[in-house]
Amino acid sequence: MEAKLLKKQRPKHLNLFKISQPLPAIVSIMHRISGVLLFFPGIPLLLYGLQMLLESADSFEALHTLIQNPLVKGLILMFVWFGLHHLCAGIRYLALDLHYGIALAHARASSKWVLAVSVTLTLAVGITLW
Amino acid sequence: MVKQNGRIVTGAHYGLKDWLVQRVTAVLMTAYIILFAVVVWISSPLDQAKWVAIFGHQWMRIASFLFLVSLMWHAWVGVRNVLMDYIKPVSVRLALQILVIVSLLVYLVWAVEILWS
Ligand code: HEM
Repeated sequence: MEAKLLKKQRPKHLNLFKISQPLPAIVSIMHRISGVLLFFPGIPLLLYGLQMLLESADSFEALHTLIQNPLVKGLILMFVWFGLHHLCAGIRYLALDLHYGIALAHARASSKWVLAVSVTLTLAVGITLW
Repeated sequence: MVKQNGRIVTGAHYGLKDWLVQRVTAVLMTAYIILFAVVVWISSPLDQAKWVAIFGHQWMRIASFLFLVSLMWHAWVGVRNVLMDYIKPVSVRLALQILVIVSLLVYLVWAVEILWS
């Protein structure tokens, strides 16, 4: 049934590398990518960290030294950013679901806020971490 | 409307439920994240004993457990949505979905072990 509808030759402009996406679309695809990365390797890393934190004084020390490594710090910060972006963009979706900020201008503005707030909070976490 | 014979085993659950689950779990997780941030901020735990003390409270363990259940459920609905968009062959999709479910369940058992030991 779909095939019939699609028979009509319509122009396609779906080269994702050529078309320039509006900001809400970028925030949206970042929400999806961050969601997948939070699932893997995010969740196992989170649980592993929690385990090292609580298991024993030794594991806590090991975690402490691990976190000193600048590479590990950078990775943690990256996941903090994924998480915060997913959280902020998620809250934006919840608002949109309730029909807050549906107008195009508002939706554009709120997607800017999502980017700004998640980056700012990530930097704040980074500063406390260092 | 969706036709009955158009349904496939790995398809959407053709209803509002999963959509709602994703929203409810999102709200619960957000509440927990705020709670957790406040608790950590107030007690600013720098040594291990303090962290153990925070998670020593039964209410904190239960809240964390509920958070993790929400997270696993949310991740299941979310990852399944992504798989439905990009993975077309039913066999591959089903296999990946099973992999996701099994790993989420293992994570949950692991979480219980961490919280209650
Ligand atoms: C580690 C935790 C989390 C993981 C692994 C995760 C994973 C995912 C995934 C894979 C999706 C599907 C993305 C898509 O279909 O494009 C999703 C959607 C969503 N997430 Fe999360 N998420 C997490 C935490 C959160 C939190 C804390 C919130 C709170 C606001 C949230 C809010 C949402 C919302 C509202 C959606 C639906 C978006 C839509 O339907 O387009 N998520 N999540």
